Amino acid sequence: MNNPAPTQSGATPRRTIDIVNASLKRRYAQERRFRLVGVFAVALGLAFVVLLFTDIISKGYTAFQQTYIRLPVTLSQDIIDPTGTRDLNAISGANYNKLIRDALRQQFPEVTDRRELRQIYAMLSIGAPQLLREQVMADPGLIGTTQEIWVLADDEIDMLIKGNIDRHAAQSDRQVSDETIAWVSRLEQQGRIAKHFNTIFFTHGTSREPELAGIAGALMGSFYTLLLTLVLSFPIGVGAALYLEEFAPKNRWTDLIEVNVNNLAAVPSIVFGLLGLAVFIGFFGVQRSTPLVAALVMTIMTLPTIIIASRVALKSVPPSIREAALGIGASPLQTQFHHVLPLALPGMLTGAIIGMARALGETAPLLMIGMIAFIVDIPHGFNDSATVLPVQIYLWADSPERAFVERTSAAIIVLLAFLFLMNLAAVLLRRKFERRW
Amino acid sequence: MSATIATMEKATGAMSAAELASARHSRETVGDFTTANPRMTCRDVDVWYGSKQAIKGVSLDIGKNEVVSMIGPSGCGKSTFLRSLNRMNDTIVGCRVTGSIKLDGQEIYDKGLDPVPLRARVGMVFQKPNPFPKSIYENVAYGSRIHGLTNNKAELDGLVESSLQKAGLWNEVKDRLDQPGTGLSGGQQQRLCIARTIAVSPEVILMDEPCSALDPIATAIIEELIDELRQNYSIAIVTHSMQQAARVSQRTAYFHLGDLIEVGETNQIFTNPQHKLTEDYITGRFG
Repeated sequence: MNNPAPTQSGATPRRTIDIVNASLKRRYAQERRFRLVGVFAVALGLAFVVLLFTDIISKGYTAFQQTYIRLPVTLSQDIIDPTGTRDLNAISGANYNKLIRDALRQQFPEVTDRRELRQIYAMLSIGAPQLLREQVMADPGLIGTTQEIWVLADDEIDMLIKGNIDRHAAQSDRQVSDETIAWVSRLEQQGRIAKHFNTIFFTHGTSREPELAGIAGALMGSFYTLLLTLVLSFPIGVGAALYLEEFAPKNRWTDLIEVNVNNLAAVPSIVFGLLGLAVFIGFFGVQRSTPLVAALVMTIMTLPTIIIASRVALKSVPPSIREAALGIGASPLQTQFHHVLPLALPGMLTGAIIGMARALGETAPLLMIGMIAFIVDIPHGFNDSATVLPVQIYLWADSPERAFVERTSAAIIVLLAFLFLMNLAAVLLRRKFERRW
Repeated sequence: MSATIATMEKATGAMSAAELASARHSRETVGDFTTANPRMTCRDVDVWYGSKQAIKGVSLDIGKNEVVSMIGPSGCGKSTFLRSLNRMNDTIVGCRVTGSIKLDGQEIYDKGLDPVPLRARVGMVFQKPNPFPKSIYENVAYGSRIHGLTNNKAELDGLVESSLQKAGLWNEVKDRLDQPGTGLSGGQQQRLCIARTIAVSPEVILMDEPCSALDPIATAIIEELIDELRQNYSIAIVTHSMQQAARVSQRTAYFHLGDLIEVGETNQIFTNPQHKLTEDYITGRFG
């Protein structure tokens, strides 16, 4: 082909440009095909992302609203504070359940059957008296008055209002009885049922009752865990990377360490959980199920990521900068801290945040160290029992109640929002620390 | 000029000393490698990269207030030799230096000698301008900051100004000292690097092809600067340009495959080279 010999017929030899032109069309077609495949791959990926997000958001957004029933509750002095001393202990111990039930019963004067009454009472959340107590304790002036109070409805009613329970299905196929549906319809017509923003979801810990379950506990658990993980793993990771990259002699031992760091980055995360169980809980006696032990495990897990990213960042700093600093008599440590580290910092931060994002979404190792425990209280420190967001999602996904489905999705939305925020922070930090010249 | 004439007179007599030099020479050095008033003296210096010998028994003096240029084809070891003069080769894994290199009579490869203060005394300007990604001011002030050369801001300001003035850059940058050093042109960056080096008042300045990345005008400015700096410093310069060596240096050393082939007064090297290899190189027969 490169050797255009005269043809038998004696035609003029083909010039190189003709040969090139002849193949040009084929080359362009090849390029077009390649681009098409690329566009297709990207489109496919995007489609799945869109599918995932639509699914999660369409299932989860309803959890941000919660059904309440407006009832005229008589906050009788006789029941709440019979002595009239406004003693908070007395107010706290009062029978709020009776107040709410009485208020609800007023709405259905015709019902007297005990079985039916029980069904009526079941329309309210079992947490409703507690919420009323908090309301009264916050404002004791309410005692002795009759207030229109929005009382938290049971999750079944919530599902019914949100249309997740089919009112027209046969009674045996749904959780809610015909009578209940009739009562709910009546309350709806009276304007006594409405959906309000679900503050409970953001202020409460988890619960067996879906309408009382919130992510505050898991959120705080994740926060404490990540905070401690960052504080531990970033300095250790950067220090290790700095030493390995800049100071350690290059010999068989450092090669071995490098290989092992790379291997550790690929170790299944549950192995780190087992390690944490054996070493931190078993040997060092750290309390299980706490952000402290979770952070220790996460630190070990994210260290390889941070070390590798930091080493890459250090490698990308031009050696001329090191030479310049050493050349005017900066000590090796000054060279690193004054010149190399500031240039490598954006890359290191990115690595750290990627590691943190992985730690935020990690579930498996935490199951091993007791984070799967059912913990209602919101943790207030590193040594309080806690759970974390992904484990909370896992637990809710496992719960049979229909109302936990939307809460699972809502928790996923919150988790994704935090991941998004962290990635945004990574980008912003990069921008800030990236040399402006 | 009188110093160089004295060197020339000594040259013939010192030939025997060169002949007596180590048997490790694969080729004997032609000419007198000593100088009347040496700042640095190197004797039988070998540099090894692992098992490969890059410098073979080189002996060379660098005198006070003189510019010594080192020329030779690529890979001849002139940069390696230069970098061993302030122990910059320490940072290269597997690099070994044997023989004697003395600065003012003090062995710089002594076990007890700290390379950090040494590099403050033997400054270096690199092939590619490498200002720190900081402001012009900070670039010049950095050496003083780490060594604690100045006591207050006014002194530091003065040092920065005088260093930039010596480097011939002051008038161009005095209004934008807070601008990034990397924003200057190539020639200005190189002069900034020179200012940064002289700000710590070294005794010797090593220059590793300082003009190879610059255009002829910037090169001319730097060459002029080198000539002025000679008044206060000893300068060793590696260059690929024989014209540059001829223009700026008093003595010239010709390296070939790790050997110091010939050393002598610059005029003599370029007008009357003694060794065949030197002659071939400077006449452009190879290299």
